[in-house]
Amino acid sequence: MDDKLRIARQFIEAIPHSAALGMQVEELGDGMAVISMPYDSRLVGDPKSGVIHGGAVSALMDTCAGSAVMAHPTGPSGTATISLRIDYMRAATPGQRIRARAECYHVTRTVAFIRATAADDDETRPVAAATGTFTIERGRA
Amino acid sequence: MSPRRPPEPVQVVKKRRDAALGALVHGVPYIQFLGIRFDRRGDELTSVLPYDNKLIGNPIIPAIHGGVTAAFLEVTAIIELSWSLLWEEMEAGTLDPRGLTAETLPRLPKTIDFTVDYLRSGLPRDAYARARVNRSGRRYASVHVEAWQDNRSRLFAQATGHFLMPEPE
Repeated sequence: MDDKLRIARQFIEAIPHSAALGMQVEELGDGMAVISMPYDSRLVGDPKSGVIHGGAVSALMDTCAGSAVMAHPTGPSGTATISLRIDYMRAATPGQRIRARAECYHVTRTVAFIRATAADDDETRPVAAATGTFTIERGRA
Repeated sequence: MSPRRPPEPVQVVKKRRDAALGALVHGVPYIQFLGIRFDRRGDELTSVLPYDNKLIGNPIIPAIHGGVTAAFLEVTAIIELSWSLLWEEMEAGTLDPRGLTAETLPRLPKTIDFTVDYLRSGLPRDAYARARVNRSGRRYASVHVEAWQDNRSRLFAQATGHFLMPEPE
């Protein structure tokens, strides 16, 4: 099981864009994933406040959700985002790491339904929440 | 009837508008990080995301990261909305863009929610996007944005977002 996590971690962290944002896989379970991203001044969206751009949070949410789909026990061979909706509840605190947690709450033969939240150091007040649908590719790999 | 004022020379008008757009775009580090540029024809903006390896999310296909697509659409929506506000003030003469810097720009709208519809995988080549402000109220705005690559009619993603307008300073 540790081997599975190690391989998945290497795979996810080797994705060029995930690597560019410094994403780290913290947890991977059955149909769930926790991925975090460090604060980086290159990702700032509001120069006056130093708050990270919503787009970077979207990238983290999308990676985390896709990883949760790949970690589903039915063993998909691939996945792609069909739709992703993100609610931005508050600005992430500048200087703090952002941590996303995603879970597949329902899976059919072809589609995974996911929910995700993102938080900074104050985990009681999420910065963003997301729902999405992802394709499930089977076999062929 | 008093004589009409002669129209401003075209270079002066262009310079003023490009300076305002430049200040808006160059002030945001994340836009520079992704390498997004904006082409302007009058008040119409087209954002351009030049292909780069760091934008890839699936190295096997390869395809642009879904998060990059979302970010590209969101950046395009926010800049279009800010630009439409800036344009009105600039053309009305209530705002002088010559003194505009990242520090003196009006605050940007804040995203309330953003929903992305992925239609095709993003290919490893340049992408383009245009946004349309469907409703721009005093406090809230709704913006739709479309992105394509080789063919304008074959969108690879579209999105709708709601935004909180900046407080008047």
